[in-house]
Amino acid sequence: MKIAILGNYATQFLQKSLKKACKNLDKSIEWYEADFNAINFEVIDEQSGLYTFIPDYIIWHESYLGLRDSFYETSINAQQSFAETQIDRIKNLCSIINERLPHVKILFPLPVIINDNVYGNYYSKIKGSWGYQSLMLNWQLTEFSHQKDSFYLIDGQPIGLLSTTDWSQVVNAELHFTLDYLGWLSKNIAGCIASFKGHFKKCLILDLDNTLWGGIIGDDGMEGIQLGALGNGKAFSRLQKWIKQLKQRGIILAVCSKNNEDIAKEPFMHHPDMHLSLDDIAVFIANWNSKADNIQHIQQILNIGYDSMVFLDDNPAEREIVRQHIPEIMVPELPEDPAEYLPFIIGLNIFETTTYSKNDESRTQQYQEESKRVQLASSITNMDDYLASLAMESEIGAFQSVDYDRIAQLTQRSNQFNLRTIRYTPIDIKRISEDNKYVTIAVNLSDKFGKYGLISLVIIKIEENREAYIDTWVMSCRVLKRTVEPFVINFVVERLREMGITQLRGEYIPTAKNGLVSKLLPDMGFASTHDMHKYMLDIINFRHLNTKIIAK
Amino acid sequence: MSIQIIDLEPIFRDVLENEDIVLTEQTKAADIEEWDSINHIYLIVAIEKKFKKKFTTNQIQNWKCVGDIVNDLNK
Repeated sequence: MKIAILGNYATQFLQKSLKKACKNLDKSIEWYEADFNAINFEVIDEQSGLYTFIPDYIIWHESYLGLRDSFYETSINAQQSFAETQIDRIKNLCSIINERLPHVKILFPLPVIINDNVYGNYYSKIKGSWGYQSLMLNWQLTEFSHQKDSFYLIDGQPIGLLSTTDWSQVVNAELHFTLDYLGWLSKNIAGCIASFKGHFKKCLILDLDNTLWGGIIGDDGMEGIQLGALGNGKAFSRLQKWIKQLKQRGIILAVCSKNNEDIAKEPFMHHPDMHLSLDDIAVFIANWNSKADNIQHIQQILNIGYDSMVFLDDNPAEREIVRQHIPEIMVPELPEDPAEYLPFIIGLNIFETTTYSKNDESRTQQYQEESKRVQLASSITNMDDYLASLAMESEIGAFQSVDYDRIAQLTQRSNQFNLRTIRYTPIDIKRISEDNKYVTIAVNLSDKFGKYGLISLVIIKIEENREAYIDTWVMSCRVLKRTVEPFVINFVVERLREMGITQLRGEYIPTAKNGLVSKLLPDMGFASTHDMHKYMLDIINFRHLNTKIIAK
Repeated sequence: MSIQIIDLEPIFRDVLENEDIVLTEQTKAADIEEWDSINHIYLIVAIEKKFKKKFTTNQIQNWKCVGDIVNDLNK
């Protein structure tokens, strides 16, 4: 991974703290730091170090102090359009970068806003004030990022008491930010890069008593638990509202509580001040088993990695037990005071993401359907009968433009069933879809319980000599053991036959997480080659594999 | 009790990642290889945090040797 840093102040310290923050992401990160205050030069000059370096990410940090200095140096008439001039400059530089480095992602920390009090609080009435122009610039940057796929904003304003500037260091060293602030910012940036690399949290597991409400439902009863106006209730209600937002975004919620199930579910069904309902919870487990065992059970139903789960519990002993048994799971050390729960969790920025698709909203429902399937499966002993009883149908075909976001997201999110773990952005997917050297295949699946949605995708590159190559094959682990794999290969072979292709090459690139697909290609009838991870399929003599899925 | 040169040694060793550093009143940046302009800032921040004291811009600019830092700390 290669990271370049551009800035309008002494950025050596940003680089140092970024190195620290990124060290768990990738063992061999290469760094490039542009000269002090040389943003324009680095971007415009085709021979600059930036272009010989060819970064994957550019951290482009313009300090508000540098911007304010240029504002003060601007003539009084031009000050009225300062933000516009700056945004034009940034847009222009951005399009030059995109042209020369089409795959780079630009991460831009939003300038911190501080009124300079030349007009006091009257600044909003004066177009030519720094307060007005800096707010405008922040807004225009937000708009620009919304439109521009490769341009990502990073939060620049820390929550809490962190001081952003040490004025003697500004004067003595052109260092515009405190080291503590740069440490905070670097964590933020590293979280964003981690998310690009497919590391993010997908599921929040919740304790109930003294976590989602105050008091103990088994002892205090429906009237006694603190929610809404009662006791500490406001803190818990606010936390629930925020968790509900997460659920709407597509974070899976699960409950893991030491309680009797009936009693634990009662507030969800009947308490007027509960913001979460049973529909919001994908898996609800309330019993007297150990929480580590119950979380393992939740993991089996959801079939996602422990490292994508977060466990919230007020009890330090329970937290410690879960941590010891399942070290990969994230267990925030909640503060003692429930009033601090929510601000604390928000401050951790646990749920960083770099993709979002409409599909995310219905994820909880999908997992609820999945638990029904798990129940059916336990009542049927023969796998073939079970699969036949699901009555699975699939829509399969080339990528559609409405699905680009979802497709990119699948390449980013899938770690287990991912043959080569190449991550793509929606722009990449668009480019590939429009390139006739590629065959793209998206697979939608449904059964009698509901729709799984778009669950698998294949990108095949057409090469010379009637050969083709599997660039990417990704599948959601929710549909493992549904015979999707042979169904997909059958379809792929048919498509390639029509095009006159005779050989399909495939490669498995091992990662820490994709052991699941290490034998996928040989299982699908691919022959081994001299290279242990490379395989070959003879299209001409291929015979259809067995599958329980019918194409629509 | 006033702050002594020896109180700064652990900070210098830690920030400059060199366990062999021994400070005297006269030690200057030129005497220690790792003490460059970047590490200078890390040293200032570490010393300010340890002794809960903020140096002024002028104080920092006028330092010639470790003795000057200790003097300012004791002001």
